[in-house]
Amino acid sequence: MNNFKILMNGIIKENPTFVLLLGMCPTLGTTSSAINGMGMGLATMAVLICSNIVISCIKNIVPDMVRIPSFIVVIASLVTILQMVMQAFVPDLYATLGLFIPLIVVNCLILGRAEAFAAKNGPVASMLDGLGMGLGFTIALTVLGGVREFLGTGKLFDVAIMPEEYGMLVFVLAPGAFIALGYLIAIVNKLRKA
Amino acid sequence: MKKLESSLKNMALVLTGVTVIAGALLGYVNELTKGPIAEANAKALSDAIALVVPGFDNNPAETPETIELEGTTYKIYKATKGGEFIGAAVESSANGFGGALNVLVGFDKEGNIIDYSLLSHAETPGLGSKAADWFKKDQKGDITGKNPGKAALIVNKDGGDVDAITASTITTRAFLKAVNNAYAAYSGQNVDSTSGATQQVSAEPAEEVKMCENDSTKVCTGQCGHHHE
Repeated sequence: MNNFKILMNGIIKENPTFVLLLGMCPTLGTTSSAINGMGMGLATMAVLICSNIVISCIKNIVPDMVRIPSFIVVIASLVTILQMVMQAFVPDLYATLGLFIPLIVVNCLILGRAEAFAAKNGPVASMLDGLGMGLGFTIALTVLGGVREFLGTGKLFDVAIMPEEYGMLVFVLAPGAFIALGYLIAIVNKLRKA
Repeated sequence: MKKLESSLKNMALVLTGVTVIAGALLGYVNELTKGPIAEANAKALSDAIALVVPGFDNNPAETPETIELEGTTYKIYKATKGGEFIGAAVESSANGFGGALNVLVGFDKEGNIIDYSLLSHAETPGLGSKAADWFKKDQKGDITGKNPGKAALIVNKDGGDVDAITASTITTRAFLKAVNNAYAAYSGQNVDSTSGATQQVSAEPAEEVKMCENDSTKVCTGQCGHHHE
């Protein structure tokens, strides 16, 4: 697989949210608006790129039977470092995203890519895989957040498009996340097969 | 390089090595960011004070007064102008839907609410997190200008006159409780409101989220859970 293919793989062919269905917990939990979805996606991408690089570098010195705990320690440390650095140097961004940061540790997308890709490939390919998967995740979460925000409150990226009275509150709540995600997956499937 | 064999010795060594390195790295970053984080927090606090009791010329953030009421400590930042007392910002907290909800409320001399600022919270994004603006001037749940000393702030669902945040009654109750308690601390008397949020609800959602790590088939709704009563 060449590098470009690895990158595009995560964005379209194996989109983590719409195709692999990985990381559903943060996907459904944080996409109540487009900006929240995008923030979660970008933060996850940052951790995913770093964790893929680190894990592909240490893959040969970690015995198979203890690879999961080792990978989890690496991922959790990276997330904590990201959280502290953001809190210290970009407090405004941290105030918006701070709630979501610890959720990244429990995102199975990161461990999934560590297992499926980084543990078998070199650092450069793993970095590209992290970048592609992260972008795919970010796009998916932004789209899902946008759909929910628009249907739920009539806004998109906090800009009012239709009056709030017409919004269906259910789309901001948990059931709306399932409904919107289901339809989006169906649409993506249809497009992929066409 | 060949992959290390899964012998007991190798596993113990690698796991120890990984955790020691991770621990050292975290300690180092913590040391590095401790100062800037404290600075950022201090700046956020003084900005918040300037927002909720505007017009002072002293430095309220430097000389907080602490008052203890029913086992909870409240910090009061007194604002003066030309040596004359013009109001105070009171830091108060209550248990919201997702955890502790810290709020800074500004009162003028008569005890009327000037403004407030949500210092930190763990409410659901898009629902309870709206508390940051919901109760501001000209918003739906406007509480500015009200005086909790004359009538405690109570949410409309409990017979009061403050509009609850859509689908976030628990957050609203917690917020108003924090504001009422702030006034109690400010006035030095106890007007404990009846609008307390249910304390037990707070910790559960976060736990649920943690439980579903590494499981793509199980969908977790803890974070986006049921905000209705």
